[in-house]
Amino acid sequence: MKKDMTCVACPLGCQITVEIENDEVTAVTGNTCKRGDAYARTEVTNPVRSIHSTVKINGGEHPVVPCKTSGPIPKGAIFDVMKEINNVTVDAPVKIGQVFIENVCGTGVDIVATNNDNGK
Amino acid sequence: MINYDLVVVGGGPAGMAAALKAKECGVEKIVILERAETLGGILEQCIHTGFGLHYFGEELSGPEYAARFIDLVKETDIDVKINTMVLSVNDDKVVTAVNTVDGLIQIQAKAVILAMGCRERPRGALQIAGTRASGIMTAGTAQKYVNIDGYMPGKKVVILGSGDIGLIMARRMTLEGAEVKVVCELMPFSGGLTRNIVQCLDDFGIPLRLSTTVIETHGKERLEGVTIAQVDNKLQPIPGTEEYIECDTLMLSVGLIPENELTKQAGIELDRITNGAVVNEMRETEVEGIFACGNVLQVHDLVDYVTLESQIAGEGAARYILGKNTDEKVYINTTPENGVRYIVPQKVNIKSKEDVKLYFRVGAIYKNKKLTVEVDGNILSSKKKVKLAPGEMENVVIPASVLATLNKNSTIKVRVED
Repeated sequence: MKKDMTCVACPLGCQITVEIENDEVTAVTGNTCKRGDAYARTEVTNPVRSIHSTVKINGGEHPVVPCKTSGPIPKGAIFDVMKEINNVTVDAPVKIGQVFIENVCGTGVDIVATNNDNGK
Repeated sequence: MINYDLVVVGGGPAGMAAALKAKECGVEKIVILERAETLGGILEQCIHTGFGLHYFGEELSGPEYAARFIDLVKETDIDVKINTMVLSVNDDKVVTAVNTVDGLIQIQAKAVILAMGCRERPRGALQIAGTRASGIMTAGTAQKYVNIDGYMPGKKVVILGSGDIGLIMARRMTLEGAEVKVVCELMPFSGGLTRNIVQCLDDFGIPLRLSTTVIETHGKERLEGVTIAQVDNKLQPIPGTEEYIECDTLMLSVGLIPENELTKQAGIELDRITNGAVVNEMRETEVEGIFACGNVLQVHDLVDYVTLESQIAGEGAARYILGKNTDEKVYINTTPENGVRYIVPQKVNIKSKEDVKLYFRVGAIYKNKKLTVEVDGNILSSKKKVKLAPGEMENVVIPASVLATLNKNSTIKVRVED
């Protein structure tokens, strides 16, 4: 199986092709540096992303307060994590860094506030 | 009439950094006038991360980046007036503003820093045919609806323009359950960062159609669909390539316009490429004592550079106010050439005792070229660049030691070459 991707290790944006056989990377082509090779291998074996969203807040300055994952989560868990984030309502006041959800979806990563809300 | 040493118009990242720097340099009475209900500017709705990598050495979200400066402002005696609309600034540095607490106020300032930022190019600037159905909005407006007001503006989305705001909103709408059908880009390349194209579009299988635009909107009350078409190399739609796409929302991410109405009123000359003021190396405009920084001066790619630029303006204003500006001044223009669209600052005082950094953007995508700086016909530097793109700001340094060798007829040129 072949997988094409654009490298984001630097702004150059090389078009990389990864060949996979029996769940193992057999070739990486199109990259122009070592970082591209490493990026491509991670992308096909264990791709991770950070998520940024909002949660509902009671008594806040605005109806929602922004949040993020405290670290990267597996790419495949993005929509499960979003579901959890959208199930939560918090109370004002909120401080940056405050944990809204611990160990979201068993990823070992927390959902934390990214803005202060002192309430109305 | 109220008196202040320094009036800063705008409380976003530019205004806050400029005010803080001026305070640090010894300016006593400073006021920030902010139109919105909080300090922070557009960062408040930019809840994605990627801010602060250069300035703080860590990756922050927009509100986190803003909060660091808001906290610093609160620790000082800088006055802040929120919900305050500045109506005019004149060349005598009288600032007229209005709010619901003070009514109409006039402030006599010793110096003024303009930090009003940008607004988005609206639909009206695009001349798209069709109805005035609801559901057509700029990407930034949609971003405010979703991230500040907690309100989803639509379910099936087409995005016109692949600037970073458009890409970020494609992901944001997808995460919240909307279907983003396509992102259309008029140009043959995207103005957005590669990382955003990968992580906002490719990750979710959202197609990016280059050299494609929206030519008509359909729907009476609510948007029901758009017609898109490919464009030729003169950016004109190609007959026969039209395609109907059903959607209830059209988001426009088609460029930013520096909000320079106040600047023009004050009689300050604008650069016709940047649409910002013409400034010297301290970001002082053609009107003495009026400075400009941040996106109102030039559209930046990274907020980190806004902060750095605004600190220069803050220091410049402080020197002006405190009378430390007595050095002789001999200005020469900086000249963008071959591939370089503009340079900020547009003029440089060759008597400056500090290095001067020139910021600029290129006009197209270049690979394996050199960025060359020529001073008085001699090559000062020529740096190899694997890739240059219009979406990214570049900079070069003119050392003070080089400035010291120049005279009033000297030239500084920056260009792209093989």
